[in-house]
Amino acid sequence: MTSKKTASSQSFPAGSDAFPHRHLLGIAGLHPWEILFLIEEAKQWVDLNKKSSKHANKLDGLTVINAFFENSTRTLLSFEIAGKRMGADVVNMHAAQSSIKKGETLIDTAVTLNAMKADAIVIRHGSSGAVQLIADKVDCPVLNAGDGSHEHPTQALLDALTIQRRKGEISGLTVTICGDVMHSRVARSNIYCLTTLGAKVRVCAPPSLLPAALDRFNVEVFTNFDEALAGSDVVMMLRLQNERMNGDFIPSPREYHYLYGLTRERLKLADKDALVMHPGPMNRGVEIDSDVADDPAQSAITEQVEMGVAVRMACLDILTRKSRAVEGWS
Amino acid sequence: MKRIFTNARLILPNAEQPQSGRLVADGDRIAVADDGTDDQAGETIDCKDRLLAPGIVDLGVFAIDKPAFHYGGITRAALMPDQAPVLDLPAIIRHQAVEGKPDLWSHPIAAATKGLDGKQLAEIGLMKRSGAKAVATGRQWIADSGLMLKLMQYCRSLDLPLIVHSEDAGLTAGAVATNGETATRLGLTSATAAAEAVSIARDIALVRETGAHVHFRQVTTRDGLDLIRAAKSENLPVTCGITPAHLLLSDIAINDFRTFTRLSPPLRSEENRLACIAAVKDGTIDVIASGHDPRGAEDKRLPYAEAAPGMAGAETLLALSLTLVRDGTISIGRLFELLSTNPAKILAVDAGLLRPGYQADFILVDEDSPWQVDARKMAAAAGNTPFDGLPVQGRVTTIYKGGRAF
Repeated sequence: MTSKKTASSQSFPAGSDAFPHRHLLGIAGLHPWEILFLIEEAKQWVDLNKKSSKHANKLDGLTVINAFFENSTRTLLSFEIAGKRMGADVVNMHAAQSSIKKGETLIDTAVTLNAMKADAIVIRHGSSGAVQLIADKVDCPVLNAGDGSHEHPTQALLDALTIQRRKGEISGLTVTICGDVMHSRVARSNIYCLTTLGAKVRVCAPPSLLPAALDRFNVEVFTNFDEALAGSDVVMMLRLQNERMNGDFIPSPREYHYLYGLTRERLKLADKDALVMHPGPMNRGVEIDSDVADDPAQSAITEQVEMGVAVRMACLDILTRKSRAVEGWS
Repeated sequence: MKRIFTNARLILPNAEQPQSGRLVADGDRIAVADDGTDDQAGETIDCKDRLLAPGIVDLGVFAIDKPAFHYGGITRAALMPDQAPVLDLPAIIRHQAVEGKPDLWSHPIAAATKGLDGKQLAEIGLMKRSGAKAVATGRQWIADSGLMLKLMQYCRSLDLPLIVHSEDAGLTAGAVATNGETATRLGLTSATAAAEAVSIARDIALVRETGAHVHFRQVTTRDGLDLIRAAKSENLPVTCGITPAHLLLSDIAINDFRTFTRLSPPLRSEENRLACIAAVKDGTIDVIASGHDPRGAEDKRLPYAEAAPGMAGAETLLALSLTLVRDGTISIGRLFELLSTNPAKILAVDAGLLRPGYQADFILVDEDSPWQVDARKMAAAAGNTPFDGLPVQGRVTTIYKGGRAF
């Protein structure tokens, strides 16, 4: 099967063949039809989320633990709302209050979470590979909500869903990803997702924030933002962490804005209907100007947040189908 | 009392292939090692056509781990100063120098700087008197070139080799992998492999200035090896070593975040790995060592970047190195130069060679015997081997230290 057409979920094989994975740890390694299946399944929840009563009961009686070892507000909130709208009992574990600070190893924490018989665990951790380490030790499905600079799969799925809604077919679009690619899990997951679905992906970053061997990722690499923008259908800006702005990687925020900030003027280099995206939270005036971010005609930034809940509802649904003995998923 | 080892295939000095013959040990020394058969009075031991090779001298281990050393045929191990406490005082060296006797001799390596902090010279002269055979910078690079110059001058005057770690810390700060596709895919902080050549280039310039013998403990890149090769052609007193991991694995092995593959220096690209094999073949590399560093679950069952670097290598050192012989890269005689003779020469101890008058440290080896590396069943203090599950060939059947079997 190719990524040429966006098929409806009815055209996928019934049951677990459509997504035969126990966990969702990353986009790397997923087939295009598996990515499309997740996106398709999310669409029903987009509609539900617009209604006044936003409750589905698919996950009634199930316990979902959101184990966040790294601070997060919006992703945690998004997963919590997603779990609750699906009817699950959602528990949040914050690292700041947990025994991790008391020296307990990650494996011990994983074993503890497992003993509490969660039906799904959503994990965010600051270290690449940490989520996989936990997933190997627990009996229930694990969703990666971001691990170090490795992957953030639900972000890539919600971005793909947003692009699909605004631009139609993803295949053939030119998508430019700009910012701190070196440290960005969002960039990696999006590169895998968009190239797998047939988009032409351009990656732009200051040379000090460009990871090695990007030429092996089926993307075009730029250090000049103006050149990267030319003719782009989608412009995806990445967040620049505050601690990297003051001389370690780039000289200053204002120099970064001069070279890599998305301004109204610069956006004119892209396609006239180009879609502007940002995973948030934004540094207004650094990587993106407010007038660009807040323009409803071109900016999809709030729509990304909306799609995030729907995508996470779909992921929780699909990954728990086996334990819920949904027909065809045993 | 004399003991005569007959029916052996001996690895004799400067011979590429084993020579059928006998070895006579008189007390703790070798009396005869040749192809003769004439009888001498004494106890006779039939070696059953096994390989009789000099005991392995493992240059630069991080723990004295007797069961693993026995299994691996290691009769002497030079212990890196990175211990708790650091080997930076004469008394600590003296204590460590008798650790392991009689069946294993450990040669403590003196810390180059106090506490290995890279700032102040340690009492190298006094530590030499206490038994230190070499000086080392430990796991890290000394950034201060002025201090490095003084260190080399000092080592030169005391006639001690200086063992260095070759990674420019300014380039490798925070890195746990080598720049490349694998590190980028995994989202691991990585550094350019040029960090090695940068540091070797500086140290060679200082060798040229001081005449000190510098041993680059692990050289793992093409550019680093090119620098060593050029320095050797200038007759500068430099030597270098490597571990089997860097000869047999490339950075692809870190996929799946397997922390047993977290090493220092990190695994390199396939291109660099092949350059290392070529350097073993052409003689640029002088030493193959285990870098033995057993690490338990508390150091290794962690996210990749948080895990401690290091591998348990003593038991697999010989079997993995024998693949170089089977592949036709080097002869078996050359292999034992790399494993035994050259490290002993660097430490200036009369071992590592089947030569009359030398210590009767040798091993009997069944070089074709097959076995499988199993991290859960290792003799070592911990089973952190990047070769877990690999079928290998060659094992030590008996180990003799000072003429006695252990």
